[in-house]
Amino acid sequence: MSTVVDDHNHEAHHDHKPSGITRWLFTTNHKDIGSMYLWFSLIMFFVGGAMAMVIRAELFQPGLQLVEPQFFNQMTTVHGLVMIFGAVMPAFTGLANWMVPMMIGAPDMALPRMNNWSFWILPFAFVILLSSLFMEGGGPDFGWTFYAPLSTTYSNDSTALFVFAVHIMGISSIMGAINVIVTIINMRAPGMTYMKMPLFVWTWLITAFLLIAVMPVLAGAVTMVLTDKYFGTSFFDAAGGGDPVMFQHIFWFFGHPEVYIMILPSFGIVSAIIPAFSRKKLFGYSSMVYATASIAILSFLVWAHHMFTTGMPVFAELFFMYCTMLIAVPTGVKVFNWVATMWRGAISFEVPMLFALAFVILFTIGGFSGVMLAMTPVDFQYHDTYFVVAHFHYVLVTGAIFSIMAASYYWLPKWSGHMYDTTLARLHFWSSLISVNVLFFPMHFAGLAGMPRRIPDYAVQFADINQITSIGGFAFGLSQLIFLWLVIKCARGGEKAPAKPWDGAEGLEWTVPSPAPYHTFETPPKVE
Amino acid sequence: MKMKPLWALPLLYSASALSQERSLNLTQGVTEVSRDVYDLHMTVFYICCVIGVVVFGLMFYSMIRHRKSRGREPAKFHENVKVEILWTLIPFLILVGMAIPATSTLIAMEDTSDADVTIQVTGSQWKWHYKYFDREVEFFSRLATQQEQISNKFEKSENYLREVDNPLVVPTGEKVRFLVTSDDVIHSWWVPDFAVKKDANPGFINEAWTRIDEPGIYRGQCAELCGKDHGFMPIVVIAKTPEDYAKWIDETEAKQIAERERQQELLDMEMSMDELMAMGEKIYNSTCAACHQPNGQGIPGTFPALAGSPIASKPENLDKHVDIVVHGVQGSAMQAFAQQLTMQELAAVVTYERNAWGNDTGEMVQAADINAAINE
Repeated sequence: MSTVVDDHNHEAHHDHKPSGITRWLFTTNHKDIGSMYLWFSLIMFFVGGAMAMVIRAELFQPGLQLVEPQFFNQMTTVHGLVMIFGAVMPAFTGLANWMVPMMIGAPDMALPRMNNWSFWILPFAFVILLSSLFMEGGGPDFGWTFYAPLSTTYSNDSTALFVFAVHIMGISSIMGAINVIVTIINMRAPGMTYMKMPLFVWTWLITAFLLIAVMPVLAGAVTMVLTDKYFGTSFFDAAGGGDPVMFQHIFWFFGHPEVYIMILPSFGIVSAIIPAFSRKKLFGYSSMVYATASIAILSFLVWAHHMFTTGMPVFAELFFMYCTMLIAVPTGVKVFNWVATMWRGAISFEVPMLFALAFVILFTIGGFSGVMLAMTPVDFQYHDTYFVVAHFHYVLVTGAIFSIMAASYYWLPKWSGHMYDTTLARLHFWSSLISVNVLFFPMHFAGLAGMPRRIPDYAVQFADINQITSIGGFAFGLSQLIFLWLVIKCARGGEKAPAKPWDGAEGLEWTVPSPAPYHTFETPPKVE
Repeated sequence: MKMKPLWALPLLYSASALSQERSLNLTQGVTEVSRDVYDLHMTVFYICCVIGVVVFGLMFYSMIRHRKSRGREPAKFHENVKVEILWTLIPFLILVGMAIPATSTLIAMEDTSDADVTIQVTGSQWKWHYKYFDREVEFFSRLATQQEQISNKFEKSENYLREVDNPLVVPTGEKVRFLVTSDDVIHSWWVPDFAVKKDANPGFINEAWTRIDEPGIYRGQCAELCGKDHGFMPIVVIAKTPEDYAKWIDETEAKQIAERERQQELLDMEMSMDELMAMGEKIYNSTCAACHQPNGQGIPGTFPALAGSPIASKPENLDKHVDIVVHGVQGSAMQAFAQQLTMQELAAVVTYERNAWGNDTGEMVQAADINAAINE
């Protein structure tokens, strides 16, 4: 017992940490764990991106050239799963690990051992998922939405691996969310009242509650798929008294809040960056908080707008249409607040700001197509076409991923202690901005012209649009290699970064030196 | 030549490469409902454009005028209750304005009462089946594009992947109701020109309807991921004037009744091995090869191989083999083919499977054997 106490004292006074692999395996330090989450998500971003390249290469021309339809379906499925659960969500958890304690003046996350555990089960989940691609019969091929009975009676033998991989990802997310909530509620520095917290902390707090609410629902859905397929239950089989549409209700009750889980932290990031580079306080702080909370509550009332064509009663269709349209109001408030923050500021265009501005414009375009999709009668035409693919990629790539890029460029000097190569960073921004629009904007037209999603081959009238899309896709994929190179270069060295490299930035994280010491805020700061 | 919508202008560099008939916008379609849907689509689109111009305009104005490099001092304001209430209320009112026409269109779309013609649409991996109520007419509708076009050996035809062997035929000017269901996984029956997209759920029946103004050929596709050949189950609907439709359905009905009678008579006829093998190969390649593959090897882990399988190559399993082909396998992708193929065709395909790819059982199955299995 005494040794434990000794170790504790020892660690409290020095930057002592184990070296080599054990540092990373056994670490309970929020900064180490945050870095591991971020590196993991970057790797998964490239894995999922490679699958997108296969998809775009096959769709470059009509006809089947490179892959079989079944493998194509595995690519679309695993691309979706890897990008959502492997790239975007871990990136946000990594950012939360790094930044939340530093933003609220806490020494670490509240539950450091669980923190270690919630990261380290994640690589195993993805090894299971990705290894299923090499099984006889291939990996999951029923879309990331795994609609029954395609995922039950008609799926291949790798379904059990898919189910357990999703379980582990869900457990990891729930533990991460619990940690964030406990940290924010209990470990704020004296004076850091709720309405003084940076918006990134607020949005993550709300996101964490969403995660706790819906990840168990996803776990329930995959478990029912498992028992339907292997143990003879009939949750989703009409022949045994079940209902395949019930699967979709359960899935989207998870799936729609999940969409906001992947965008609310982005709102927080952008709400930190735009004021910093406009040199002006965020406009409407409290309305931002209330808007985030209302989006979160509404997110539980709109799930069936993914299911308008499943044959719902008119009353249900109207209810879900109205609720969905209502989400445009708080989302609009956020966009107006950002514009008002910039208004009469003193704006400069450093790389984080470039990504944040691109986020506001392109996310809003995704929001516009979202309003269009909300209208049930027109959704009958848009549903399951490339219009939907364009919509959610605008929200997820130019939304979530652009905000993660913005966050990386904003806090990278704090993490690494070095300034990055801004020429490379600008090149990365402009090539990403142009190529991402060449990639996703034409998809709107393909969808309106009638091209369904998830098809490996298409009618000849869609050939030109797909060719442009694919070229944009390859260019966007290559552009991300610039980012990889830049991050590696910055981690290895570079110009020494000051404690606060951005003159307009605000927040406790800028009061500690760069790179942030291994332990920060062992004595809580006083917040005025 | 359709007018290109104005909003496609940014893409004109690509549009110039497109042929004139190609549209980049939603179709207006050929029904009252589809035109309402199109109008709604354009209305919401223009509203979004106006909001976009205003918001992005202010943003760019700010980005150009309020820059640090122009020596600006930042203003201090960070709240304005009046403005905040205004930009909550105005979007809300705009949304109410959009919801009103959407509600009335939706209610009209979901009113399937008083139909003149009712057709049951059944999806299965990977074809559609149409059955006309009150008439003895039913048929399967499969992709008609040759495999060689898909694998890039032949040049692609004009309606590549959007052509079928037996199109659905419906009358113009009458209310046609579709009862949509599925035999296996979820499919979705979509014809953009009618603004009809309805999921085909196994074990449940969904309703949709259309009233087509113009005779013509209208094409669509399955819209819900339904497995390997999801991209290869198109829909073709031919709308004929009521007179032409009446003529078509009478002729088709007479033909189908005559065919069924002929099948009964053929039950007593024995086919030779060569005839069975030739017919069997044809049926196998069009019906079975999508899953079990042309070489009978199947897809490991998903679709079982037939070449060398105990069921298809051991004499004691002949009855079981016939049973599987006729009645399908519960809880698997193997369908019951009794309704899809004639008894002769079933006999031929079982014979083929028992004598191809090294399954040299030498056994022959005749239509009468199939008849016995069906009536068991």
